[in-house]
Amino acid sequence: MISADIQILMPEIVLAVYAMAALIGAVYTTKDGMAPLLTWATSGLFVLLAVWIGINGQGTNIAFGGMFVDDGFARFAKITILLSAAAVLLMSEAYMQRRGLLRFEYPLLVALAVVGMMVMVSAGDLMALYMGLELQSLSLYVVAALRRDSVKSTEAGLKYFVLGALSSGLLLYGASLTYGFAGTTLFSGIIEATADEPSLGLLFGLVFLLAGFAFKVSAAPFHMWTPDVYEGSPTPVTAFFATAPKVAAMALFARVVHDAFGGIVGDWQQIVAFLSVVSMFLGAVAAIGQTDIKRLMAYSSIAHMGFALMGLAAGTAFGVQAMLIYMAIYVTMNVGTFAFILGMERDGRPVTNIDSLRMYSKRQPLRALAMLVLLFSLAGVPPMVGFFGKFYVLRAAYEGGLAWLAVAGVIASVIGAFYYLRIVYYMYFGEEGEALDGKMNPVLWTFLMASALIMVVGVVNLFGIEPMAAAAAATLVN
Amino acid sequence: MGNILSLTTFLPLLGAIILALFLRGDDAAAQRNAKWVALLTTVTTFIASMFIIWNFDPDNTGFQMVEEREWLLGLQYKMGVDGISILFVMLTTFLMPLVIAACWDVNTRVKEYMIAFLILETLMLGVFLALDLVLFYLFFEAGLIPMFLIIGIWGGKNRIYASFKFFLYTFLGSVLMLVAMVAMFADAGTTDIPTLMTHTFGTENFSILGVQIVGGMQTLLWLAFFASFAVKMPMWPVHTWLPDAHVQAPTAGSVVLAAILLKMGGYGFLRFSLPMFPVGSEVMGPLVLWLSAIAIVYTSLVALVQEDMKKLIAYSSVAHMGYVTMGIFAVNQQGIDGAIFQMISHGFISGALFLCVGVIYDRMHTREIDAYGGLVNRMPAYALIFMFFTMANVGLPGTSGFIGEFLTLVGIFQVNTWVAVVATSGVILSAAYALWLYRRVVMGDLIKESLKTITDMTKRERVIFAPLVAMTLLLGVYPALVLDIIGPSVNALVGNYEMALATFEAATQFASN
Repeated sequence: MISADIQILMPEIVLAVYAMAALIGAVYTTKDGMAPLLTWATSGLFVLLAVWIGINGQGTNIAFGGMFVDDGFARFAKITILLSAAAVLLMSEAYMQRRGLLRFEYPLLVALAVVGMMVMVSAGDLMALYMGLELQSLSLYVVAALRRDSVKSTEAGLKYFVLGALSSGLLLYGASLTYGFAGTTLFSGIIEATADEPSLGLLFGLVFLLAGFAFKVSAAPFHMWTPDVYEGSPTPVTAFFATAPKVAAMALFARVVHDAFGGIVGDWQQIVAFLSVVSMFLGAVAAIGQTDIKRLMAYSSIAHMGFALMGLAAGTAFGVQAMLIYMAIYVTMNVGTFAFILGMERDGRPVTNIDSLRMYSKRQPLRALAMLVLLFSLAGVPPMVGFFGKFYVLRAAYEGGLAWLAVAGVIASVIGAFYYLRIVYYMYFGEEGEALDGKMNPVLWTFLMASALIMVVGVVNLFGIEPMAAAAAATLVN
Repeated sequence: MGNILSLTTFLPLLGAIILALFLRGDDAAAQRNAKWVALLTTVTTFIASMFIIWNFDPDNTGFQMVEEREWLLGLQYKMGVDGISILFVMLTTFLMPLVIAACWDVNTRVKEYMIAFLILETLMLGVFLALDLVLFYLFFEAGLIPMFLIIGIWGGKNRIYASFKFFLYTFLGSVLMLVAMVAMFADAGTTDIPTLMTHTFGTENFSILGVQIVGGMQTLLWLAFFASFAVKMPMWPVHTWLPDAHVQAPTAGSVVLAAILLKMGGYGFLRFSLPMFPVGSEVMGPLVLWLSAIAIVYTSLVALVQEDMKKLIAYSSVAHMGYVTMGIFAVNQQGIDGAIFQMISHGFISGALFLCVGVIYDRMHTREIDAYGGLVNRMPAYALIFMFFTMANVGLPGTSGFIGEFLTLVGIFQVNTWVAVVATSGVILSAAYALWLYRRVVMGDLIKESLKTITDMTKRERVIFAPLVAMTLLLGVYPALVLDIIGPSVNALVGNYEMALATFEAATQFASN
């Protein structure tokens, strides 16, 4: 039995063993000298694991008596997480190397965080959920404070830690209430306990759980940490925060509400719809005044989480499918956008002020065009792929009986379009300003162009992601 | 030629890609090459579109030359043309070469300018040819991006404000339509436009937040589409983005905006609002009629006091679009015939008027009416052409402007006499502002020092105006050219509309008995 269980957990085990072995290896050899190699090796391993999961994954496998579930949904989320984490690692190598930030711990902490995420999305039990979540969070707290000698970075790390701990507390409280009233921590047990009229205590537990998740996906009103952490962390770390952990937290959110509380959709639907509408509007409105592109991206991500939650709020299999497609598109857009942000430098120093982009299009027409495509995609203007993400969640919300949410969502997206247009304005219409450096790291350039190209070419068939997401959603909701 | 529609639609895009990939440098030679490639592409597109109208059978009221392919999520890539859309396609392909020729003197970022116009042409053609809701939306919305850039990059002093207003205003209108489309998709299970035209959307009254919605779902859907098309038209009171956008846009941008982009709103009413939501249209029709009447009178009055020539013509456009909406929602043969005719004719006339403004703007770099006067002394050819289009704008019999206004007024008179009375006063007002503009700019003595050296139109400019003059006259004396093509389709549209209403009324009477 145990060997069959381990077989199912193999990708996670491989990654965890690799991270620990590499940690010891690096400590006993050249330490930071190993860092570039480790970065490349780690992202290579991510890609390998993604391919492995993609090819080998079959059916639904349950390990350790239901603690760990390996199904189509988990695999979809894991592949997205692994690929986006690999992309961000590759993008960060040169940036961190030049600023002396590339310590050997960085790729390994990211690897451990990814292990945590993989456990999260596969959790079939509140205990497994919490272990995965904490492994992820603890690694991320450290990564946020990676620039030890910078006040902002340490502040970001500390802020993230304190608020993250608070949310973990809420989550744990919710989990214990759920355990108390359902009598089990297994999702399959909880769903049985909610089959007939769920007790008030169980609903209390549900609310606390949702609050904890909302914090992790940075949905308003639990978003306060996001702008500060995004701004304070080194930019590659910000790029990482904006991608893989969001997918993991969103997938976990879907996993718990459907696997454990799938019987009482009506009870959590209104909470999720509320989170969704508040996030969309807050993200759209608060980003208008931002002058720092990283803070702007923080609010943008809050708004995008609102849209993804809109799909989830539908409470249907199609809603989960819409959410998965939305997240996959969101991650692709963000990888490209952060590739651009990482390339914003003046005299070799990073610049994050939006008005440093004045007339960027004149000096770098191609890069400006790629960024233009990404920005319109983020705003959800067709024919960019970002529009299809919005179209899917709108349809899910409408069919889930939440027409008002769909209307609110599109209005928020118009407000949100303003600040993306503002960046276009600086790049194309503004006055001449001090120039940014012309050179761009080829890795960043490749990711920027690839991401922009995907946003345009994807209009043909979204690269066939739709049936995959449909299959993944079908395994979660039935 | 099974895919002539796609071919025509994507030819300009191909030209844009060729320009983007293979044209290097920004010297005079490269700029000239960019213009020639763009001109060649648009002319080829026009020739391709001739094949469409050649193969088009006016007596067939269904969709012709249909192309269909699977897309994602149950959507489809479907293109087709019928009597209502064909002339808009022709208008677009006809005008684009002239537009490209009109920006021959531009010399900042020429390559990007040409690419923007070529992409815009693809998107405009797509709007008129798409037979899938989401495909339509895709083209409709995507057109905002190149226009936003055209206004923002090559526009006048206040271009930032104008471009943002243009984008956000139209975007807000369109997203509500998107929600309505999602609702239609959910209700009918398809986004195929011909199928949706035969689908009956719910008409049972219900109330939202205590407000009784007469006509139920149809009215709501109608309103959502109305939000989009009314902004695009633009109708009073959501027209305020248009004067700003026109004034700030470069000449060629103004021409495209007035001549083609505005027609998307009218086309949308004919393609979606009337056939898909007949009950909604019937419930909300009187509102549209009165809004149109107000628009005609109000914007004509506003046009009278303008000091900027482009702004004056922009307000005149809003007034003329008032006739269009009025004709459409009269829902009879004359009204809709007239509305389509008016849109086509307005495409030539307003395009030409903006070009006229462009001619003197290129020389004097101002659009202030006060800066001019007595141009006839040094620019006789210009004075002649400007007069011709001023008269056409007023609706002088013999020009196409007359036919459109007359038919819409005939149509509306049968439906609502009072609206017709109010709207007819707009004819007088339009004569007032147009002739007064002409008098101030062209007539009188040439006293302004700065105008003493102004030169008459160049050969290139005359060549651009020639086809516009020809079309305006031709349609003015031989309107059957247009009416024969659109007639059967309009007849079918009106017939279906009345049948749907009759069924609905029979059902409601049955219910109340």
